[in-house]
Amino acid sequence: MIQQILFFIVLAGAGYLIAKRVGFIRSTINLGKKSEINDRKDERLRNVLLVAFGQKKMFKKFIPAFLHLFVYVGFLVINLEVLEFIIDGLAGTHRIFAPYLGGFYTVLMNVFEFLAVAVLLACVIFLIRRNVVRTKRLNLPDLTRWPRMDANIILVTEIILMIAILTMNASDQILQTRNDHYTPTGSLFFSSFLLPLFQNTETTTLIIIERFAWWFHIVGILAFAVYVTYSKHLHIFLAFPNTYFAKLEPKGKMTNMPVVTNEVKSMLGLADSNAPATVVEPGRFGAKDVNDLSWNNLMAAYSCTECGRCTEQCPANITGKKLSPRKIMMDTRDRMEDVGKSLQKGGPGLNDGKTLLNDYITKEEINACTSCNACVEACPVLINPLEIILELRRYVAMEESGAPPSWNSMFQNVETSFAPWKFSPSDRFNWSKES
Amino acid sequence: MNVPTVADLAAKGESPEILFWVGCAGSYDDRYKRVTKAFVKILNAVDIKFAVLGTEESCTGDPARRAGNEFLFQMQAMSNIQVLNGYGIKKIVTACPHCFNTIKNEYAELGGNYEVIHHSAFLQQLINEGKIKLEGGGSFKGKKITYHDSCFLGRANNIYEAPRAVLEALDADLVEMKRCRTTGLCCGAGGAQMFKDAEKGKKEINIERTEEALATGATTIAVACPFCMTMMTDGVKNKEREAEVNVKDLAELIAEAKGLN
Repeated sequence: MIQQILFFIVLAGAGYLIAKRVGFIRSTINLGKKSEINDRKDERLRNVLLVAFGQKKMFKKFIPAFLHLFVYVGFLVINLEVLEFIIDGLAGTHRIFAPYLGGFYTVLMNVFEFLAVAVLLACVIFLIRRNVVRTKRLNLPDLTRWPRMDANIILVTEIILMIAILTMNASDQILQTRNDHYTPTGSLFFSSFLLPLFQNTETTTLIIIERFAWWFHIVGILAFAVYVTYSKHLHIFLAFPNTYFAKLEPKGKMTNMPVVTNEVKSMLGLADSNAPATVVEPGRFGAKDVNDLSWNNLMAAYSCTECGRCTEQCPANITGKKLSPRKIMMDTRDRMEDVGKSLQKGGPGLNDGKTLLNDYITKEEINACTSCNACVEACPVLINPLEIILELRRYVAMEESGAPPSWNSMFQNVETSFAPWKFSPSDRFNWSKES
Repeated sequence: MNVPTVADLAAKGESPEILFWVGCAGSYDDRYKRVTKAFVKILNAVDIKFAVLGTEESCTGDPARRAGNEFLFQMQAMSNIQVLNGYGIKKIVTACPHCFNTIKNEYAELGGNYEVIHHSAFLQQLINEGKIKLEGGGSFKGKKITYHDSCFLGRANNIYEAPRAVLEALDADLVEMKRCRTTGLCCGAGGAQMFKDAEKGKKEINIERTEEALATGATTIAVACPFCMTMMTDGVKNKEREAEVNVKDLAELIAEAKGLN
C-alpha cells in the first residue's frame, strides 16, 4: 500500500511538472505571429508518416539512421511496457498483463528485451561517435558545453534505464522459481545472460534488487520525461507537428509580405479603389526578435535536436564563416526560453533590452547565407532555418537600412538602372546587335 | 541571329508563343551574353515563335528580396507583371534559375501567373521531341563533363535531371561530383552574395566547389546559371586551370554540338 501511494505521488509529481513545462513551451511558441496553416492536409499527413514516423530523411546517412531507428522503435515499443508499470504501480499488482497474454507475454517481453539491448548498444555507439571518434558535425564550435553535455546526459540515461530493465527481468526470472507472487513470464533470452550474477543471491536481497530495478526504471523514465521537455530531446514529440506544419511550396519560394504589397500597390497607383481598405497591423518589417517570427518557426526551434546535418551542409559554415543553421535554431530557442522565463517571473520579457538579432544572432552570421537551401534539405524533421535568416535580413534592410554597403549599392542600381549592376537601361538589348 | 521583341510582334498584331526572359546577367554580363546568344541561335534553329522584352525587361527583384529589401522586390515585381500582363504573356523561358524561381514561384501572389520553364527543361523537351537532333559520336563523345547543380534549380525547385538529360544527349561522359543533386554545394553566389564580398572565413565557397569539380577530372564544367558561371569560371582561373578546363552553359554546349556558333 505504501508503495502504491508513493507511486501515485511520483506519477502525479511527474505529470504536474510535465504539464507545467508544456504550458510554458506553449506560451513561448505563442509569442510568435499567428498564422493559420490548414491547407493540403493530405500532403501534410504524408509528410508526418514518411518523414517523422517513417524517418525517410534520416536514411540519407545509413549507419546513424539504422542505430537511431532502434532507439526510436525501442522508445515507442518499450512505452507499452511502461503502461504495465503504471498499472502495476497504481494497483499494487505485478506484471498484470502476464496472466491475460500467456505465451504472447513471453514473446512481447523478449521483443522488449531485444529492443532494450539494441537501444543500449546504439547509445553506446552514439556516445563513442560523439566523444571518441568525434564525428565532425557533433563537435563543431556552435555546439557549446551545455548542448554537448545535454546529448551525453540523454545517452547515458537511456543506457542506465535499459540496464535497469534487464536487471529487473533477470532477478524476476529467478524469483519466479522461488515465490508465487512472481508471475511466470517464460524464458527471457537477453536477461538470462545476467542470471549467473544473481543465481546465488538470497531471496530477500533479490526481491530488493528486483524492486529497486523496477522503481529505478519507472522513476527514471518519469524523470527522463520531465528532462526531455527541458532538453534538445523534445524532437521525439515535436517532430510530428513540425513535419505536419512544414512548408509545402517549392523551397525557393520566399514568404510574401502582404503589408508591403498594399503599400507598393498604392505607391504605383494600382490599389483597387473598390476593395475594402484592409487594415493590416503594421508591426515591424521582418524580424528583430522572436515575436516577429511565425509560431511555426518557433515550434521548429523546439523541434531541433541539434544533429548538425544542416550545418554540415552549409556552404558558409564549411568554408569557415560564422553562420551555422543549427545555431540559428538554438539561438531562437534560447531567446524564447529567456523571454518566457522573464515573463514567468513578472519580468520585462521581450523588453529586457536584448533582441534575437544582435544579442543572439549577429549580422555577420545572417549576411553569410547564400539561401542555397542545403540546410533545409538536410533537416530530418523539415526545420527551415533559412526562413528565420531571411526574416532577420528583412528587418536589417528595411527597418535599419543596415544591409552591407555593397548590398545598398546593389539596391540603388536596381532602383535606378533596373539591374543589380550599374548599366544604362537603354543598353539592355545591345547584346542582340553584337556578334 | 534574329531576335524579335514583344513590342515588334505586338505592332504587327502578333504575340509570341513563348517569351525568352533574358535576365540582367544575360543582358549585361559579357560572359553570359554568349549564353543568351547561343540560346537564341537554338531558338532560331528550331523555328519557335519567341520574343524578348528588350529594353522593357527589368530585374525580377530576386537579389533585392534575398538581401532583405522586400519593398524594392515588390516594386520590381509589380512593374514587371504589369508589362508581362499588358502583353498577355502566358509562357516564359529563361536561362537564369534566379529569374526562373522568382517569376515561377513568387510572382503569382502578386498577380503574375505564367507557365515558366528553365532553359534546361526547355532544351530537354526540344531534344525529346526530336527538334534538336544530336548525332552520337559528336565532338563531345567520350569527353568528361561534370554538372554543377544550381541551388535555385535543384533544391529550390527540384530540377536535377533535366540538365543531366541534356548533357547525356551530347554523348559525353557525365561524371558526378561527390556533392551533387540534393547535396550539391552552392557556388557561393546565391542569396545576393553575388553582389558583396564574402564574410570572413577560411576559404571562398567557389574555390571549395571548383576543387571538387576539378577532382572529377572533367574538362568541361557544365553550369545552368549565370552566377554559377561567374563563380566557377573565377574558381578555375584561381586554380590556373583555364587552359584545359572550360566552364560552359548547357545552351552553349548544345549550340556547339549543333555547329550553331
